Amino acid sequence: MDIFLQQLANGLVLGSIYALVALGYTMVYGILGLINFAHGDIVMIGALTALTTAHLLSAAGVPAPIVLALAALAATLVCVVLGVFIERIAYRPLRRAPRLAPLITAIGVSILLQYSAALVWGKQYLSMPDIIKPADIDFAGVHLTDLQAFIFVLACAVMAVLLWFIRSSRMGRAMRATEQNAEVAGLMGVDINRVIAFTFALGSAIGALAGLMVVLYYGIGHYFMGFMLGLKAFTAAVLGGIGNIPGAMLGGLLLGVIESLASGYIGDLTGGVLGSNYRDVFAFLVLIVVLVLRPSGIMGQHTGDRA
Amino acid sequence: MTGSSFLRFASAFALALALASCGKEAPPPAKSQAEAPKAPETVTVKIGSASPLTGTQAHIGIDIKNGVQLAIEDANAANTVIGGKKVKFELVSEDDEANPTKAATVAQKLVDAKVVAVVGHFNSGASIPASKVYADGGVPQISPSSTNPDYTLKGYKTTFRVVAHDGQQGPTLAKFAIEKLKAKNIAVIDDSTAYGQGLADNFEATAKAAGAKIIAREHTTDKDTDFKAILTKIKGRKPDLIMFGGIDPQAGPMVKQMAQLGIKAKFIGGDGMQTPNFIKLAGDASEGVMASMPGLPKEQMPGGKAFMEKYKAKFNQDVELFAPMGYDAVMVFIDAMKRAGSTDPAKFLPEIGKTKMNGVIGPIAFDEKGDLVNGPITVYVVKGGKWEPLETVGGGGTAQAKPAEAPKADAAPAAAPAAEAKK
Repeated sequence: MDIFLQQLANGLVLGSIYALVALGYTMVYGILGLINFAHGDIVMIGALTALTTAHLLSAAGVPAPIVLALAALAATLVCVVLGVFIERIAYRPLRRAPRLAPLITAIGVSILLQYSAALVWGKQYLSMPDIIKPADIDFAGVHLTDLQAFIFVLACAVMAVLLWFIRSSRMGRAMRATEQNAEVAGLMGVDINRVIAFTFALGSAIGALAGLMVVLYYGIGHYFMGFMLGLKAFTAAVLGGIGNIPGAMLGGLLLGVIESLASGYIGDLTGGVLGSNYRDVFAFLVLIVVLVLRPSGIMGQHTGDRA
Repeated sequence: MTGSSFLRFASAFALALALASCGKEAPPPAKSQAEAPKAPETVTVKIGSASPLTGTQAHIGIDIKNGVQLAIEDANAANTVIGGKKVKFELVSEDDEANPTKAATVAQKLVDAKVVAVVGHFNSGASIPASKVYADGGVPQISPSSTNPDYTLKGYKTTFRVVAHDGQQGPTLAKFAIEKLKAKNIAVIDDSTAYGQGLADNFEATAKAAGAKIIAREHTTDKDTDFKAILTKIKGRKPDLIMFGGIDPQAGPMVKQMAQLGIKAKFIGGDGMQTPNFIKLAGDASEGVMASMPGLPKEQMPGGKAFMEKYKAKFNQDVELFAPMGYDAVMVFIDAMKRAGSTDPAKFLPEIGKTKMNGVIGPIAFDEKGDLVNGPITVYVVKGGKWEPLETVGGGGTAQAKPAEAPKADAAPAAAPAAEAKK
């Protein structure tokens, strides 16, 4: 039972990271109907920026909390600028084009980001300096670090703030209107271009935060880390209901838990035939099953009226 | 420009080129005529090096290439003469990205580039498919690092290695774990590559035979970074020791996550993680981790200290892992060429099997399969943020004494004919 709880805890933390990244996918899809494949790589660039900033600052002897804050700030700035820039250059010209065109462009941007990162940072695994020493938390037989607990709490907090923002602020209302029907919203006086740019900025900022969490949690960054992360986060968003913000959160947590439990128990379940290296197979199998049985995801799709 | 004037220009240009190249050809015959009685003609001989130069294992692959480069430069500086001709060695280096498919492609490229010998590859998963290509092309291949036993079991005459293999390394690790660490409950993880899985299998077999209990056998890949689920499962079974067959990009994070999960077991692995990079990736969690590495500790290698200084002076960084083996591989080739009196692979290939020389790493001789005879294996532990040797197994004894003495006795008579040949 101990182990089950521990696997569950691991899964929730992993899932929190997926959830944070999935929020970016889900918001963009809700408003534009576009799967932004480059989002995972924006998270990667945020992660590597945070890593480099942390290296430079901790080498200069700056105290740890300030290093963290500055790394987060640097990552957020870079990602927001990058996200808005990509939207402006790669996606806006294609807003009236058939859906396939922005999709392929997104894949192209993803590859561009990956290899630009490889040019800047190299293809090696980069290690994060030990700026925080996570304290141990033990309860109910589960061994956690406070960093893990923090990641989970952060994901929940971000989602709560995002939901409140979309429900209560003017810009949030504008985003909801654009999501329902962009043209009519434009007729009502909503500046569509600003709303879309803002959505990308917001998604990228959350992505930067997710990137920082990843390098703090795993201690390493790599130019290709965005690929699998993006794929799984997108899976999580679809699982929970694409376009749906609580859905992205639920999907992320659920996917993390499924992966963790599968990795831990596949060997026992199949009598040693399949090993824990099949855990990705499990995750994507779940996606297929959900899409076949309930295509709109667990919490239902929110993609507005495109008639 | 109009058509006809362009044509005129082009033909004038072509004529000028032809005249210039004619002009270049005229002086050299005069030069070589004047020099011929003084020095033998220079022949350029290409030696190939194949290892991962990009990707997560690049730090190890580049390190091997550097070792090969150093050897080639030393050989060129020594004005090597083979078969009456002065030889200038040239390095042809290729990147196999630690990928088995790319390795075969790269091997074919090297064979087509007419290299006379290849030092490569780094990963067993790369060396094994490449070995067929080299065997078909008749190009001798010495791997500085591949330890999977299958590499020399294919019956090819061109495959050699200058390290002990996992048929020795796995059991050495297992015996160390059971006798010195007194481990009874062992969890084994591998990275699903030819090397990692092979080493883990060898370890498991010996450990089981020696009476230890293998409480878990898990697999990951050589691209993974999250091992929490596997480690949690293992934690539940209460291991004394976790053994990992794989390379440092996985071993580093794995050890870190072990610490995060509060797993108190010891951690031991193979040569793939015995690198400075592992300590960098694992941070404080690397303290107390053990790993084996074929070969003597670098400080104890006969040529070790001098090699490390030379390497640091040239490349401004420390030796990562297999550079001394890369260096010695080239020296083995050159030694075989000298004994055969020819740089033709068909002629010096049979001589490689008869090698008895002292390299940087120690005495080098091959058995009939191409494996290193009496290759030592050293177990290291991380102490104070650095790898320290704990104990060395094998490689010593009488077999070592003979090759060490023989060259001394032969040196005097060998020097005389060499001096005469130079004249």
